[in-house]
Amino acid sequence: MTVMEAPAPSRRAFLAGAGGLVIAVALPVKSRGQSGEERIFGGGDASNIKYAPNAFVRISPDNTVTILIKHIEFGQGPFTGLATLVADEMDADWSQIRAEHAPANAELYGNIMFGGMQGTGGSTAMAASFDVMRKAGAAAKAMLVAAAAESWGVPASEISVSKGVLSHSSGKSGSFGEFAEAAAAQEAPAEPTLKTPDQWIYIGKDVPKLDTGMKSTGEAQFTLDIYREGMLTVVVAHPVKFGATVASFDDKAAREVPGVVDVKKISSGVAIYAKNTFAALKARKALKVEWDESAAETRSTDEIAAERRDAVKSRGAVAGENGTVDDSAFADAANSIEAEYIFPYLVHAPMEPLDAVVERKEDGGVEVWMGSQIQTMDKATIAEACNVEPEKVTLNTVLAGGSFGRRAQSDAHFAREAAEVFMAAGGETPVKLMWTREDDIQGGYYRPLMVHRMRGAVNDAGDIAAWEHVIAGQSFVANSPFEGMLQGGVDATMVEGASETPYALPNYNTSAHIINNPVTTLWWRSVGHTHTGYAVETFIDELLEKAGKDPVEGRLALMTAPKHQRLANVLKRVNAMAGGMEAPEGRARGVAAVESFRSYVAEIAEVSMEDGLPRVHKVWCAVDCGIPVNPEIIKAQMEGGIGYGLSAILFNELTLDEGGAVTQSNFHDYRSLRISEMPDVEVEIIASNEPPTGVGEPGLPPIGPAVANAVRRLSGATPRNLPMIKSLQA
Amino acid sequence: MSISFKVNNEQRTLDVDPDTPLLWVLRDDLRLTGTKFGCGIAQCGACTVHVNGQPRRACVTPVSTLDGASVTTIEGLEGPQADAVREAWAEYDTPQCGYCQSGQIMTAAALLSRNPKPSDEDIDKALAGNICKCATYVRIRKAVKSAGEKLGG
Repeated sequence: MTVMEAPAPSRRAFLAGAGGLVIAVALPVKSRGQSGEERIFGGGDASNIKYAPNAFVRISPDNTVTILIKHIEFGQGPFTGLATLVADEMDADWSQIRAEHAPANAELYGNIMFGGMQGTGGSTAMAASFDVMRKAGAAAKAMLVAAAAESWGVPASEISVSKGVLSHSSGKSGSFGEFAEAAAAQEAPAEPTLKTPDQWIYIGKDVPKLDTGMKSTGEAQFTLDIYREGMLTVVVAHPVKFGATVASFDDKAAREVPGVVDVKKISSGVAIYAKNTFAALKARKALKVEWDESAAETRSTDEIAAERRDAVKSRGAVAGENGTVDDSAFADAANSIEAEYIFPYLVHAPMEPLDAVVERKEDGGVEVWMGSQIQTMDKATIAEACNVEPEKVTLNTVLAGGSFGRRAQSDAHFAREAAEVFMAAGGETPVKLMWTREDDIQGGYYRPLMVHRMRGAVNDAGDIAAWEHVIAGQSFVANSPFEGMLQGGVDATMVEGASETPYALPNYNTSAHIINNPVTTLWWRSVGHTHTGYAVETFIDELLEKAGKDPVEGRLALMTAPKHQRLANVLKRVNAMAGGMEAPEGRARGVAAVESFRSYVAEIAEVSMEDGLPRVHKVWCAVDCGIPVNPEIIKAQMEGGIGYGLSAILFNELTLDEGGAVTQSNFHDYRSLRISEMPDVEVEIIASNEPPTGVGEPGLPPIGPAVANAVRRLSGATPRNLPMIKSLQA
Repeated sequence: MSISFKVNNEQRTLDVDPDTPLLWVLRDDLRLTGTKFGCGIAQCGACTVHVNGQPRRACVTPVSTLDGASVTTIEGLEGPQADAVREAWAEYDTPQCGYCQSGQIMTAAALLSRNPKPSDEDIDKALAGNICKCATYVRIRKAVKSAGEKLGG
């Protein structure tokens, strides 16, 4: 561990910009072995990265302590969460804590769960930061104490720290700010001592979120809010069919719109440059583009689904199996069920559509502002597209208006489009590229359209004798930089949650077909669990019913393996919270429990039917995510995951018309859950001493099946052709 | 075309395309960026401002219709309702990504101005035009109710 006294040239701007003295603690952190979902982003082998130094704490003479946050803040709470860890170890006063995004620098801010790449996703921010950030805080505190000891001529061991004040029994005391400069000259401890849980002052207790104030006054700066001197606003006319390219265009009328400065062809379409947003939008409407559709997807989603429905009639590459599953197991069973599920394409539709600002730096490099979720990929892509060395790219991570996976682009397509737009106009004029809602809804990178076929057999004893699960759909990992995720022809992101279930099934077989097409797809909040959680949790519920078993007790009886006990525990907890599965007259309750991203969530939904659609009145949710660092953020993420999942399961599908053009274009036909449709949500967090795991995604997977299981009790059938509005009102 | 109207109590005279939606005038010309773009078709409410005290979608309001009007944005929102709402927003740590929150707060403050003690149903009805993809709705509901209770004394 070293103190950065002489920052490298590339770091100077950042440190000089700090406006004071800096303790930049560089911590050597041994990486953890990768497992499970970390491989999604990891690509390489993390065990090769022996030390990942990190610099996180900045103390200013004005007594503010700024924590540099290596994960993008778009609502899941890393600003507050990671700052909590540092502030606790420092014994800082919460009011002196600030948070800002760390620079894009994988060496300093790489995600140890992404093989060292800097990025956010897979609900890893807290899990990957718990030790690192606490050590950074403990080291900073030790250096402050050492500086005070030297100044006061007393042993460091006699100095105590509380609420940002250093003090000694002699009566001497001082603030962090007063000792910032002297502390920076101290030797950083090689292995700082961390507090024991009983000494925590902020972890596990609630602190006010650091970004609430600025998000209540309009002061919070998102990418769209950045205006640079002489900047042009750019919109791009994109093809209406996936895989189409520009054949020719007529920009005469577009150029006549006052304020329009230029029109250029780029690889993804035709870019319009204007002095203001309205002119750019107006000109785009006036632009005429002929598209070359020779390589485009021209099938409708019905046709794409038909291809997958055909594929699931036979097994694909084996993703998980146990015992023997053959046709006779179903034919001979006392009870058997066969079911086909169709999960549509889903749009992430974050409130802030994609945007970026690019400008030339004085040193010939480029500076970019965007809601970058995988900084390492975005930065490399910008460098390549702008033809500059990666060291000359300054990528500023900006607060983003949601993501839900949309900004974690394995192909960095948006950073590429922004860089291309900048370069196509000469590479000197600052540009802001903005997508409209139409670009967002029609622009691809959807949750893939997936088809599942399941068969289950219940024997005379009421046991599940056979379970067969076949999945077909696109793999966004195939042909991407994350292709290493494919193993034996199986994409883990397609089958997670299905290749292995929490239930003891003596005979099961899960397999998958990868069928790709030009519609671009991407991870969508909770990834494979968006569809596997629904399929597995509705199917087990039906089989238990066939077997005459209670949905809660029946599940618990099958959760026998030691590794599924935390899931069993949240299921028991949620059942106790709801007071069981009995619902008032006219309503029914459904339950589901899903482990995802190493967090465990069970939910019970109370539902009635109104005008042929489920109305969800109340949701009880129990979550075990290890040590609950920020309980209110955990609860908020459960609420948000439930609302986001409910929107999709009730209303959302992105369809392609005959010919392949996208049907929907904006929130009027791609409906979003509204406050009047949001159930009351009650969340309980299981007390735990296990290391913390993520909460951004795990609240989502159980809500769909919990509602579906309640609907089955009310209407007699599980909605299997999603969204529910389609199968229930059809 | 020259258009004159008040923004946050300040008289502004602008020479812009009269069809320009208020949203882009606020953002591009006046650099009041707290008012957000979410859909452009009055479906999401992220651009909600007050025109003469009433909530309005800035994305579909041509600036030509505002001559002589008084516009309030999130930056200029003040008074007892605004204070109560912001206090309640902090009490429940309501925002997640925060992008829709200006619009939510503008709508909530307008609701409390005409109905200081709204029921859950009143809140749902008034705020149903404001989409929050983070689904902070449970907290919005509690916060508006709490703000109303404080205003009601």
